[in-house]
Amino acid sequence: MAELNLLEAINQALDQAMANDERVYIIGEDVGQRGGVFRVTDGLHAKYGSKRVIDAPLAESIIIGSSIGAAMYGMRPIAEIQFADFIFPAFNQIISEAARMRYRSNNTWEVPLVIRAPYGGGIHGALYHSQSIEAFFAHIPGLKVVAPSTPYDAKAMLLAAIDDPDPVLFLEHKKCYRLIKGYVPDEHYTVPIGKADIAREGSDVSVITYGMMRHYAVEAAEMLAKEDISVEVVDLRSLVPLDRETILNSVKKTSKVLVLYEDNLFGGYGAEIAAIIAQDGFEHLDAPVQRLAGLDIPAMPYSAPLENEFLPTPSKIADTLRDLVNY
Amino acid sequence: MEQERDQTRLLAMYHTMVLARSLDERMWQLNRQGKAPFVISCQGHEAAQVGAAFAMRPKHDWIVPYYRDLAMMLAMGMTPREVMLGLLAKAEDPSSGGRQMPAHYSHRALNIVSHSSPTGTQVPHAVGVAMGAQMRGDDIVVWTAFGEGTSSQGDVHEAMNLAGVMKLPVIFFCENNGYAISVPQHKQMGVENVSDRGPGYGFPGITVDGTNVLEVYEAMTAAVERARRGDGPTLIEAKCVRLTAHSSDDNDRTYRSPEDIKAMRTRDPIASFEHFLRDEGMLDDAKVAAIRAEIKEIVNDATAYAEAAPLPDPSTVRKYVFAE
Repeated sequence: MAELNLLEAINQALDQAMANDERVYIIGEDVGQRGGVFRVTDGLHAKYGSKRVIDAPLAESIIIGSSIGAAMYGMRPIAEIQFADFIFPAFNQIISEAARMRYRSNNTWEVPLVIRAPYGGGIHGALYHSQSIEAFFAHIPGLKVVAPSTPYDAKAMLLAAIDDPDPVLFLEHKKCYRLIKGYVPDEHYTVPIGKADIAREGSDVSVITYGMMRHYAVEAAEMLAKEDISVEVVDLRSLVPLDRETILNSVKKTSKVLVLYEDNLFGGYGAEIAAIIAQDGFEHLDAPVQRLAGLDIPAMPYSAPLENEFLPTPSKIADTLRDLVNY
Repeated sequence: MEQERDQTRLLAMYHTMVLARSLDERMWQLNRQGKAPFVISCQGHEAAQVGAAFAMRPKHDWIVPYYRDLAMMLAMGMTPREVMLGLLAKAEDPSSGGRQMPAHYSHRALNIVSHSSPTGTQVPHAVGVAMGAQMRGDDIVVWTAFGEGTSSQGDVHEAMNLAGVMKLPVIFFCENNGYAISVPQHKQMGVENVSDRGPGYGFPGITVDGTNVLEVYEAMTAAVERARRGDGPTLIEAKCVRLTAHSSDDNDRTYRSPEDIKAMRTRDPIASFEHFLRDEGMLDDAKVAAIRAEIKEIVNDATAYAEAAPLPDPSTVRKYVFAE
């Protein structure tokens, strides 16, 4: 057991997976000698060599497309997309090919592929190094999408994703990489994909969220605790498959719910959560389902005041929760 | 002895080509009878595919095909019954259990990889299969096919680029029939031959007459040997003809002149191979009639079998989104 940040926890999971299984290899831009632009693959090239830690040409579609072929051949590729914002050249390979392979081949082929993608903003990354991309991918049946927000979960869910026989998009929030620390067991362990986590228990209002927003929600909950408002924070961790039961149990308990996500509001992943609660939790609600999310502008701007204006922050979250509790 | 083996192989090639043509023609009949909603043909590509297939090892080498590769499927071991099950979208269809459109071939036991309809997406998969084989030290060769229109796709470029970097055992096989549905080659590319691009990726590019099965076989044999030696990929462009419209939903007379169609018909790969075999004394009228009669039986059997086979049960529609 050691205290690690999120990035170190992911590095440890990669190292253990490669040590345990010769089929596992890493491919991506700058993942080799450089150890990745965020240093997530640091040390792995030296340990496992250039045949298992592959510096790919700068071309996202072949990074994913070749990984699909290798996965069908029996390998266990882990493909890194350097920034989630750069995943779109590979969009067709992910949604038309990886996600649909099992279904379209009537279960004769499978694609056990993990795609790691650093996402999210608040790190002065501007329009093209800040995006949240989950809504595009969570829409497509056949692809699992996870977004762990703690070092413990990140290691566990990455190992679960590598063991999974289906493709998994593994989203790593960049702001969590070095900011979020926690104790991580040394051994190989997993958290099942598809289970939410109660990040903080409460009784007056629920926040359903994931990624960096989990930490902001907990911060807001701590502020509100001083005002005798008890906030429950549900960290979804897994976006597909979704743990509906934990969401609806929390709604039942508090009767008021805020869906919080960093992506822009319109058509975001949280819209589906709000729809599920409205349809299946209506009789438990004492207030309309609220959403707080990024602004509906093309993407997050660079300059600090503009970036802050885009993002939900702990104080904006606290304000929204106060209004909701007083509804 | 050597000559006998040659003769056996040449007649087997001829048999596969005629079988592919006959099955294909039957598919169009079934389409016109309203029994098959969609057909997409390999007519005119038989020599290219059979010449390629006979240079490889079925069930050992890997095939990442596209929708025109019926003759390749037959040569690799897919049965006419299996082909017809796919055409009629029956539950037993090995490609997809009736989930995909016809001609989206797949067969796990034969190392034939499933492909989709957006063109060129299969080419990166072939590169990935070859990467897996290279990492494991397996001596397989991966063959992937696409049309000259698809050679415009970014995925094809990205795939060839990576294969060149890693010297992968993959053969990029372009079946150039001159048309991407309605758009002629000169509107697709500024080069005369797709194969001109091979050296740009660091490996040989070869153009062959795709209506000449033996010329294709010879080029493929060299490419297969090169790949198995570990010397890397080859791009082979087989110039063939598309004897039908793009598909059963197309009408090529809206964009091809009668002269163009007439000229193309003189390049029928089966007619020219039959002529060659007769000249060599390997075929005569009686032998041709016997082969055609046998193939007609096979096609009748495949049709009857597939027509009688059950459709998928609607309750299975949600199965296999994820592993079960």
